Amino acid sequence: MANMTNTPESAGSNLMARALREGFYAGLVALGLFVLFVGLKTDQNILNELILVQRWGLLAIFVVIAAVGRFLSVAFIRPYLAERKAEKAAAPVKDANFFVRNFSMIAIAVLIVYPPIMVGLFGFQGSLKWVDNFGIQILIYVMLAWGLNIVVGLAGLLDLGYVAFYAVGAYSYALLSSHFGLSFWILLPMAGIFAALWGVILGFPVLRLKGDYLAIVTLAFGEIIRLVLINWTAVTKGTFGISGIAKASVFGIWSFDVSATNNFAKVFGLPMSSSYYKIFLFYLILALCLLTAFVTIRLRRMPIGRAWEALREDEIACRSLGINTVTTKLTAFATGAMFGGFAGSFFAVRQGFVSPESFVFLESAIILAIVVLGGMGSLIGIAIAATLMIGGTELLREMEFLKHIFGPDFTPELYRMLIFGLAMIIVMVWKPRGFVGSREPTAFLRERKSVSGSFTKEGHG
Amino acid sequence: MSDNLLHVKDVETYYGNIRALGGVEVEVKRGEIVCMIGANGAGKSTLMMTICGSPQARTGSVTFEGQDITRMPTHEIARLRIAQSPEGRRIFPRMTVYENLQMGASLDNLKYFNEDVEKIFTLFPRLKERQSQRGGTLSGGEQQMLSIGRALMARPKLLLLDEPSLGLAPLIVKGIFAAIKKLNEEEGLTVFLVEQNAFAALKLSHRGYVMVNGKVTMSGSGRELLANPEVRAAYLEGGHH
Ligand SMILES: Nc1ncnc2c1ncn2[C@@H]1O[C@H](COP(=O)(O)OP(=O)(O)OP(=O)(O)O)[C@@H](O)[C@H]1O
Ligand SMILES: [Mg+2]
Repeated sequence: MANMTNTPESAGSNLMARALREGFYAGLVALGLFVLFVGLKTDQNILNELILVQRWGLLAIFVVIAAVGRFLSVAFIRPYLAERKAEKAAAPVKDANFFVRNFSMIAIAVLIVYPPIMVGLFGFQGSLKWVDNFGIQILIYVMLAWGLNIVVGLAGLLDLGYVAFYAVGAYSYALLSSHFGLSFWILLPMAGIFAALWGVILGFPVLRLKGDYLAIVTLAFGEIIRLVLINWTAVTKGTFGISGIAKASVFGIWSFDVSATNNFAKVFGLPMSSSYYKIFLFYLILALCLLTAFVTIRLRRMPIGRAWEALREDEIACRSLGINTVTTKLTAFATGAMFGGFAGSFFAVRQGFVSPESFVFLESAIILAIVVLGGMGSLIGIAIAATLMIGGTELLREMEFLKHIFGPDFTPELYRMLIFGLAMIIVMVWKPRGFVGSREPTAFLRERKSVSGSFTKEGHG
Repeated sequence: MSDNLLHVKDVETYYGNIRALGGVEVEVKRGEIVCMIGANGAGKSTLMMTICGSPQARTGSVTFEGQDITRMPTHEIARLRIAQSPEGRRIFPRMTVYENLQMGASLDNLKYFNEDVEKIFTLFPRLKERQSQRGGTLSGGEQQMLSIGRALMARPKLLLLDEPSLGLAPLIVKGIFAAIKKLNEEEGLTVFLVEQNAFAALKLSHRGYVMVNGKVTMSGSGRELLANPEVRAAYLEGGHH
């Protein structure tokens, strides 16, 4: 600290000078880098001759972006971030504001009024996209991620084959409903039970495995289930999949089959539209999600939930406290799988069609990514992550204007994984523990006066 | 029932082909504090873990209250009320102090939790101050207190302590040893501890054992061992007194 005597003004002008200088250099570097790649382009003309196209304008844009970006970063963004950091470190821990404190309640309220609002804004036909592609799609992933969260986030068992239970649930519903004509409301719990059973079946051989080894075996398990679905054509019809799966009804009272006498629209004398069914499905998956959250929150406070979390932290300590780690692990697998099974049967009902293609490894990876991004163990964080990731990729389909920038051949969906990956890297750099990284304790002493909140914050690392 | 709480008889324990314990014989009577001293790598921690069934003894037997527990799984041994504060403390780092203590009370499903947790907080007031802090962010000494506190929450008949003084300031060691003594005198808690701090441990204990290379080479009352020239030469020279 040699120049402690610097006044703030001179420090400010120093900063500006440095920013200008660095901006200039960044421009130079960009010019050097891009002059051959961007400034000049080889092309073929109509006579099949190689010609050199000069694109000085584009090159100038690149250079200006680099120079101005660098300038802004050095002069404004970095000092701002540093200041924010210092402020944060200095400020006492604030009480969360109303919105943050009641986030989950507000979110649930918004979700409940979401379909009517969409119908109001876009009409029945126009709301389909928002309720189905965004609402239902996101909620399915929220549910799957919350289910996987029990296995990975709470019990700390890295499961890369979670989609297998999703598949078990979907095929349970598809097969049993088309062969035996059983209704959704009977098959939903059955699909959960079947999936839980498979969770235990997977659990047994992997009891002794941990970390990466466990991950590999679960990965293989997921692939085995998928390959069985493909090859056991007598039952599953292989890659053709099972179609014409029966729709769910409102507890058997109203049906959504067009031909049925108790058709929802007919009963209420409404015009025919497929959007009633979608709205019904939206509320159905919302209810399933809330069930998952409710069960997870309750279990965390019960002995089994505490045992899961302890198991994640230290297996040996668990055993020496009298916890049976075998049953603890199996119940974690079974419970997580059960919710996967529920989600699977919902998926089958929504699509009306299942095929092995829906249950590839990529799905497991996406669900796991959502859990990790959300902050393992945090329900709210995971819901936010699912909304951003799934909603974001759905939004990509909407971005027609990108075609004007990148040309008419540009299909934004193709860049989905690229953007997904980029987003993950950014989030992980910015928040290494995920959106909600600190674990919420499940128990307190009733009198909590002696301890200030700042003690409960976890160190970064 | 005899007053013999724990009997380790001719126990041999292996890690793969490496023999860590070669025929160990140890007895702990009800209401005693017994300590085991020995150099690094002598096999003290292995003995503690063998009592808890992980790893299990290859030959010999471990008897607790007349029941053979040699081949019992660890969690069932714990359910017989053998609680351990193991080497490395092994607290749950992401859980709060309070939750760690809850985990200790798993056996009774928190039935006596409220009264017991008060006791622990009187014993270690530091833990009360830090109850909402995450275990992993506690200081070494606080973690040691938490580890012992968590073991006590199980209402043990036998408390196993593996180097409770490891890495702690002398004043804190004193506090912890005083706490052990108090529990022993007031509640009749039986304690078997392993220690490097031979002087303090032998002074605290009714009886002691010395382990060398996986075998017990000496035993006797705490005072006898403290006076023994061999013990003094090997474990006490250059120490306190
Ligand atoms: N998991 C293991 N695998 C192989 N060898 C082991 C294992 N654990 C301990 N050992 C070996 O067994 C012997 C006894 O180890 P132990 O941990 O019981 O010693 P200790 O008396 O507790 O020593 P310290 O005072 O350093 O804690 C040592 O030689 C050690 O290297
Ligand atoms: Mg040791």
